[in-house]
Amino acid sequence: MPFDVAAALRQEGLTEDDYLEIQRRLGRDPNRAELGMFGVMWSEHCCYRNSRPLLSGFPTEGPRILVGPGENAGVVDLGDGHRLAFKIESHNHPSAVEPFQGAATGVGGILRDIFTMGARPIALLNALRFGPLEEPSTCGLVEGVVAGIAHYGNCVGVPTVGGEVAFDASYSGNPLVNAMALGLMETDDIVKSGASGVGNPVVYVGSTTGRDGMGGASFASAELSAASLDDRPAVQVGDPFLEKGLIEACLEAFQSGDVVAAQDMGAAGLTCSCSEMAAKGDVGVELDLDKVPAREEGMTAYEYLLSESQERMLFVVRAGREEPLMERFRRWGLQAAVVGRVLEEPVVRVLQHGEVAAEVPSRALAEDTPINHHELLAEPPADLQQHWTWCDADLPPAPLGHDWGTDLLKLLDDPTIASKRWVYRQYDQQVLANTVVPSGGADAAVVRLRPQQGEASLQTTVRGVAATVDCPNRWVALDPERGAMAAVAESARNLSCVGAEPLAVTDNLNFPSPETDRGYWQLALACRGLSEACRALNTPVTGGNVSLYNETRGDDGILTPIHPTPVVGMVGLVDDINRVCGMAWRQPGDPIVMLGVSGEQPEDDRVGFGGSAYQGVIHGLLTGRPPRIDLGLEVSVQALVREAIAQGLLASSHDCSDGGLAVTLAEASLASGQGVEIKLGASSASLQRRLFAEGGARIVVSVKSERWEDWQALLSSVDVPLQRLGSVADHDQLSITCEGQSVLTLSVDALASTYEQALPRRLEAS
Amino acid sequence: MSVGVVVFPGSNCDRDVRWASEGCLGIPTRYLWHEERDLSGLDAVVLPGGFSYGDYLRCGAIARFAPVLESLVDFAARGGRVLGICNGFQVLTELGLLPGALTRNRNLHFICEDAELEIASVRTPWTNAANASDRITLPIAHGEGRYQCSDDTLRQLQDDDCIAFRYLSNPNGSVGDIAGITNADGNVLGLMPHPERACDPTTGGVDGRLLIKALLS
Repeated sequence: MPFDVAAALRQEGLTEDDYLEIQRRLGRDPNRAELGMFGVMWSEHCCYRNSRPLLSGFPTEGPRILVGPGENAGVVDLGDGHRLAFKIESHNHPSAVEPFQGAATGVGGILRDIFTMGARPIALLNALRFGPLEEPSTCGLVEGVVAGIAHYGNCVGVPTVGGEVAFDASYSGNPLVNAMALGLMETDDIVKSGASGVGNPVVYVGSTTGRDGMGGASFASAELSAASLDDRPAVQVGDPFLEKGLIEACLEAFQSGDVVAAQDMGAAGLTCSCSEMAAKGDVGVELDLDKVPAREEGMTAYEYLLSESQERMLFVVRAGREEPLMERFRRWGLQAAVVGRVLEEPVVRVLQHGEVAAEVPSRALAEDTPINHHELLAEPPADLQQHWTWCDADLPPAPLGHDWGTDLLKLLDDPTIASKRWVYRQYDQQVLANTVVPSGGADAAVVRLRPQQGEASLQTTVRGVAATVDCPNRWVALDPERGAMAAVAESARNLSCVGAEPLAVTDNLNFPSPETDRGYWQLALACRGLSEACRALNTPVTGGNVSLYNETRGDDGILTPIHPTPVVGMVGLVDDINRVCGMAWRQPGDPIVMLGVSGEQPEDDRVGFGGSAYQGVIHGLLTGRPPRIDLGLEVSVQALVREAIAQGLLASSHDCSDGGLAVTLAEASLASGQGVEIKLGASSASLQRRLFAEGGARIVVSVKSERWEDWQALLSSVDVPLQRLGSVADHDQLSITCEGQSVLTLSVDALASTYEQALPRRLEAS
Repeated sequence: MSVGVVVFPGSNCDRDVRWASEGCLGIPTRYLWHEERDLSGLDAVVLPGGFSYGDYLRCGAIARFAPVLESLVDFAARGGRVLGICNGFQVLTELGLLPGALTRNRNLHFICEDAELEIASVRTPWTNAANASDRITLPIAHGEGRYQCSDDTLRQLQDDDCIAFRYLSNPNGSVGDIAGITNADGNVLGLMPHPERACDPTTGGVDGRLLIKALLS
């Protein structure tokens, strides 16, 4: 079948070197379908051809890690027979061109990664990035993405319990949609993807195959432009109702013991699932396309192989057990068909109309995939070095008698800081009846570990899992290494704030093109920061996702890259859900204490304004260098908070991040409706720094008054810097004084009307 | 004495109902697959929340043809207690066991949050353990929960004292702030809020126990 090789390579995103390598591996020229298979499998999305050398530095092992990177999801041992599968994945490019379906199928895809392992999904989170809400197109994107996530998650019946949303001009044409899922293992053996047992049938289950989502993986690995809107066919259409049945039927099938291996069909569809299963099992797979349930007629082999139709899975089944297994799926109204068998010869052989349509050595597609080598800049890009010369003293000084309350209200009105109720109100946060702490109530979501099946489902348990997603993208933009370290540190701090022990990480590296010196440097430094912080905090990486080429080519031809955004998803163990701490103050009179580096020493570089929200919102700047990360201090502050929560000493705890101390105090007041009396003493540091600077591994806690002595006793055994700030008030004013002079007084109602209306005001005006 | 919970392929609150009834309140509960017809030995049947058959056409529009619901119509006619929660309420209106219809929320968004309700009638066994005008808090979680009916039907509902619950702060644009209604006989209750999500103090309030206990009262 002759075809224009140069044009086909362009279409598949392959290079001429790739073509030579394909010829070498096959010992002949590939046909068009085979070239398509290499195109998707050798894309960044599937084989990490740019990022793999960098990812190899991640710590991936630990006593609780049961499954690390390489499988559909990571699995950690929670003890007491509980095993948790979890993973994060991006759906950025599909969401840019079709926000509703792009986001919806992102949720569907990450859920399949979880239940393919034999785990029942128990919770969803998401990390979203958009351009400024002042742009009308952004409002449409936010509407569509949030509705898409809600549609899929709510319908499939998995609660969306947490997440984060931030806004910045760099994401205008290229929003980020990262979805994370958690699942509780329901099978004794973790289901793996390596095929085995020569002659075993290969069974296709789920939905039918159509032309939707053709070449989505290649599409995901290219920059976006106005012409990308014409690529809408590359976006899949999701059916959460089908997926709900697929979850139930798959878990039943896995429990039957008849499934030898399983692989979901996500990116690169049948091509990816066949070649991964064959390569991992060191066997071959024969696939007969005539037997694949199709929703359209006249599809070519190329179209079958590259379709990314949703809600499909491929199994290797014990010979002779295929009929009862397929019956389980039909009962749920799903397709089930034997489409092939396991071969001894390690090839992926695709048949159509009785002829071989493609035949590729198993390892050629999925293993030893090409790596794009890049030169790492010896020193930071010149513009960043220039930024780093900016220091806090360059911040415009506040005039005498400045109204600090105005600054606080401006920060609370910033969409990145403001209440996300408009978003999470659209998510079912409670289905499955285990949500202990939903969105907005604490620094991390907490879900009880009560199974959904069997006797244990009717017994209560006090054990839970906490989860969070984080990325301070303004910091990463200025310093990818510190920014990535901060992402890990803040995730762990969020978990510690609810009383959970941080266990493991799944990461989603959203970056611009790695093909520029700057882009590769950002990626490399962020990976270095992630590795170092994960080691220090003892949270190995169990897998994740890499999304590159997140940049938009404007009509003027200028390329706008996103802020590099290494999103960290982290899970933690909660021993007793009845002791979980929220961010809301509880009792008037409770002392308020800030742990970590105080802002009182002007020269301490662990606290500052580089990349801070204050710098951005009040002064319109993004410059300087983010604060230095003190990982040792992170470890000791977090350990102290967890111990205090375990002993029941704390009434509330809240991490100090965007907007600094003033915003942290305001958020705790907003959550409880109670005011505070904060009394600052004399200091050589500016009020700006004391109220709004960021960093410093800080957590603001309120201590139960009646446990104050026990708290003091606990403190005597540790070495953690802290500052007594004041106490929870019996009125509703957020009141801060300095040496007896009023600095800021605002009613909680005034804070609330700003904080709660910031998103609706912008979104509903459009 | 036991309760049945109908399971459509797209039901997703079926296990939550069983957790509330059997796990939290000790009421023996079994599942009824949508293709079953045998309701023998049951004192009450719950139609749980979810998306029954995907609900792409209209919520509950296809579910009404399920075999289990043929039996349910007879069951209700004989005075058996039927509780339809959220999607279950939508199915009951499609079946004609309750009047009116549920349409998309006024703001066109799915809404998940706590809703404060007034108990508007204590005529039926569902609420006669409470006092008229008592207030309870139950979570809502729906995209199509805006109760609609004709003026005549609304008058009839009022005349027959069939309005069981009203929202204190109407979240979705329902006619007359209606959150839940019964039939004239009082054995069938449909409501959009989720009582099963308010039976376990670890995950929420316990105001929903009133209705779950009433399945067997």
